[in-house]
Amino acid sequence: MNKPYVRSLSKTGWFLTQPRYKRYMAREVTCLFIFAYTFLLIWGLKRLAEGPDAFQGFLNALHSPLGVLFNLAVLIAAVYHSTSWFNVTPQAMPIMRGEEFVPGNIIVGAHYAVWAVVSLIVLILGV
Amino acid sequence: MAKSNKPIFWGLFAAGGTVTAFITPALALITLFAAMRFSPDMFTYGAIHAFAAHWLGKLVIFGVILLSLWHAAHRTRVTVHDFGVRADGLVAIVVYSLAGLGTLLTLYYLLYI
Amino acid sequence: MSERQIQLEVLRYNPETDSEPRYQSYSVPCLNEWVVLDALNYVKDNLDPTLSYRWSCHMAVCGSCGMMINGEPKLACKAFIHEYTDQIRVDPLANFPIERDLVTSVEDFITKLASVKPYLIPKSDQPVSAGEFKQTPAELKKFKQYTLCINCMLCYAACPQYGLVPEFLGPAAISMAHRYNQDSRDGGRDERQEVIASDEGVWECSFVGACSEVCPKHVDPAGALQQVKVASTIDWYKEHLMPWMKK
Repeated sequence: MNKPYVRSLSKTGWFLTQPRYKRYMAREVTCLFIFAYTFLLIWGLKRLAEGPDAFQGFLNALHSPLGVLFNLAVLIAAVYHSTSWFNVTPQAMPIMRGEEFVPGNIIVGAHYAVWAVVSLIVLILGV
Repeated sequence: MAKSNKPIFWGLFAAGGTVTAFITPALALITLFAAMRFSPDMFTYGAIHAFAAHWLGKLVIFGVILLSLWHAAHRTRVTVHDFGVRADGLVAIVVYSLAGLGTLLTLYYLLYI
Repeated sequence: MSERQIQLEVLRYNPETDSEPRYQSYSVPCLNEWVVLDALNYVKDNLDPTLSYRWSCHMAVCGSCGMMINGEPKLACKAFIHEYTDQIRVDPLANFPIERDLVTSVEDFITKLASVKPYLIPKSDQPVSAGEFKQTPAELKKFKQYTLCINCMLCYAACPQYGLVPEFLGPAAISMAHRYNQDSRDGGRDERQEVIASDEGVWECSFVGACSEVCPKHVDPAGALQQVKVASTIDWYKEHLMPWMKK
């Protein structure tokens, strides 16, 4: 007799059922912070285009508990995004040298090294 | 089955994911410092305006903002679905419109500087 | 040899009498060297001959004893009792319809696997007298890991996207397509792309990565799917932005 029983996942609660799903959702949610942050940058760009006074106004608006909190949240989300992104690069883009694949930790390590250098350059330019 | 058109957005998502992974933490650290008024010498109008006034600076700013926007927009589309909202067409229009709007504004402000 | 009394909570479902599944508990004297499959065999032989489940090789090769053990997709023959407490919950493989007890319906996976043409499609017909298709060790290495797939479907049970969108082609089928696409002797990529580069193909994947974490043979389906996305994206840009590149 054929009467299969179908179990279904909860559309809204599935990611609470396993720690790995929670980590995945944490990774995905980082994009909301990056999205909002990019609009903050665009707003800063607008104020920059409007002249020194406008830009100072932007900095003054940024200088608030909310501004600090927002930037801190973005920083945490961005770092989580970076690590989760770099850690899977060997899976998405394996590299072959001769007859062997380059070990994953070398590919990941190279990304972290470049990340450090790029961050340093951005900080020197920005500070 | 027809081949999907998702590669247009996925290509921008992947490129943007890489660029944001390298750059956004450092940028956020700078703006965090600025928000905290860490030092009066940093983040001055003169220095940033000079950077944005140069064509290479414009190109870098445009590239970073464009890719950040489209990365975040595409992932938001997926995330909204993951949270159980089944309106992918509408969500796609909203998030890609936001990214498109941001792209145009960036272009406009950069040309203005 | 040390022995432990294990409470085995097994999800039972009899399509002839039950409207929904229920747990049944068995007290099983387990040797510490046992795997969960041994405990199930003990139940079947000594306690309850009506218990249904699939198994064959007992050595992680046949891929038929996949089930949820304490909520995690596992091969029952690879799940050692000594790694668990005295209470172990066994469910049929998640995301698949339950046929009876721990037996699930595999038709959906088999249909999807067949749809990606998981076999060599030579670039050109060649008479046997022309000899074998040669391959260098490097060319073999490129896809060897994907040949280790035993079709156990643990990756489907781990994949929330497959659970939420049953049309999704899924990890193993796309990995298998990738395996043949990566094979230097193969010329069937265009045919397979029609299936795997669709919305229900690789684009339903959001790289949760759970498939690779549970894969008992370290095939890394998640990696294969990301590589398919990269290749399909390059295809798309070539086709639409550089149409002169088309053959």
